[in-house]
Amino acid sequence: MVQRHRVSVVINGERYEREVEPRLLLSDFLRHELGLSGTHVGCEQGACGACTILLDGEPVRSCLLLTVQAHEHELLTVEGLAPDPSQLHPLQESFREAHALQCGFCTPGFLMTLLPFLEENPDASEQEIRRALSGNLCRCTGYQHIVDAVKLATQR
Amino acid sequence: MKPAPFDYVAPASLEEALAALGEHGVDAKLLAGGQSLIPVMNFRLAQPAVIIDLNRVPGLDRIEVTPDRRLRIGALCRHSAVERDSRVAETAPLLHEAVPLIAHPQIRNRGTVGGSLAHADPAAELPAVAVAARARLKLQSAADERWVPAQEFFTGLFATALEPDEILVEIEVPASAPATGWCFQEIARRHGDYAQVGVAAMVSLGTDGACREARLVYLSVGDGPIEARQAAALLAGEVLSEEALEAAVAHAGNEEIEPTDDIHASAEFKRHLARVLSRRALRKAAERARAVVGRS
Repeated sequence: MVQRHRVSVVINGERYEREVEPRLLLSDFLRHELGLSGTHVGCEQGACGACTILLDGEPVRSCLLLTVQAHEHELLTVEGLAPDPSQLHPLQESFREAHALQCGFCTPGFLMTLLPFLEENPDASEQEIRRALSGNLCRCTGYQHIVDAVKLATQR
Repeated sequence: MKPAPFDYVAPASLEEALAALGEHGVDAKLLAGGQSLIPVMNFRLAQPAVIIDLNRVPGLDRIEVTPDRRLRIGALCRHSAVERDSRVAETAPLLHEAVPLIAHPQIRNRGTVGGSLAHADPAAELPAVAVAARARLKLQSAADERWVPAQEFFTGLFATALEPDEILVEIEVPASAPATGWCFQEIARRHGDYAQVGVAAMVSLGTDGACREARLVYLSVGDGPIEARQAAALLAGEVLSEEALEAAVAHAGNEEIEPTDDIHASAEFKRHLARVLSRRALRKAAERARAVVGRS
């Protein structure tokens, strides 16, 4: 008999309550249980950063958290970035303008890593930006256009 | 991959956590930050029957400085909290210098000081820092508590002095000796990756300006933190000339570390890195020690 645990969690301002197996990863809970498939899963070992979300305002790997650990915490996923479906968040705008994505698989993780970074470092230097992005992999862009997008965002 | 099934308990106090650990023993794994444990569970390299989640235990994430300037860090303190804490920067500058090199920001937001030490990965920064700083670790069981010096805590590859019924609850870093400088150096292919080689150095000067005591502790070149005691002994009593540093660096890099070949670097290249990093670290530590003397 598999033990199930009640989880109550606020995601993008909305409260969700579910019963889950302890082994369910938070990344899979978001995608498969709630249909919030904007959070992507690349490596499931904490190397690629595609599954980065905010836990109580701080970027974390959702593939390295159990869903039960999110009980009574607040999450923000990429679905919570844009103010409404017809508008992009300024950071997303910058990514579009600077061509900071090609296939787009890594983009949600980059955006969620950058959101608190830019709030704390509104005048970040290129070196600080590159350091902040060290935990996110992108196989398309060679990173240059992502760095350009972040610089663009710092000017807004 | 996904973890194999397990039972999950989230104790609300240290007593409950110790009771759960006493009950399940070696079948249980303690979950702190999970930044090493969850990946090995995802790979199914680890399949614990029970996970005891320490994240709801209050009081394990305190940072305090005792009146005699010993820094005490709760085992559940996140790396990012240690990185930002000004008391850590003041009382344990070696630790302060090393923490930003631990993995990536997202990992540091979850990973914990106690988790890193208890996991005892030979490539991790904190075990080497703990040994170099002569930290001691508080191990708690339901019946007892004991303090273990860092030099005795690390017993081998991913192995520590922790008994199955014990939890690492706190680490204590002593105040630096007077006229002491420090430096942490590592080389990784990308910022945040595991270091190919790293070294924590401490240098204390005597009133005559000569080296009273030096310490060199390496990561990624053996089964755990590797202290180069003979190289350090070569420096004791010496004025830290380039020749003296060179002799110590050569001895440490050639004789006292045991790097192995891997896909990124040969053992010989790692010895080269160790010599280069040791030279930089000792120079910097000596310079900082002289600056401390200059200010007092």
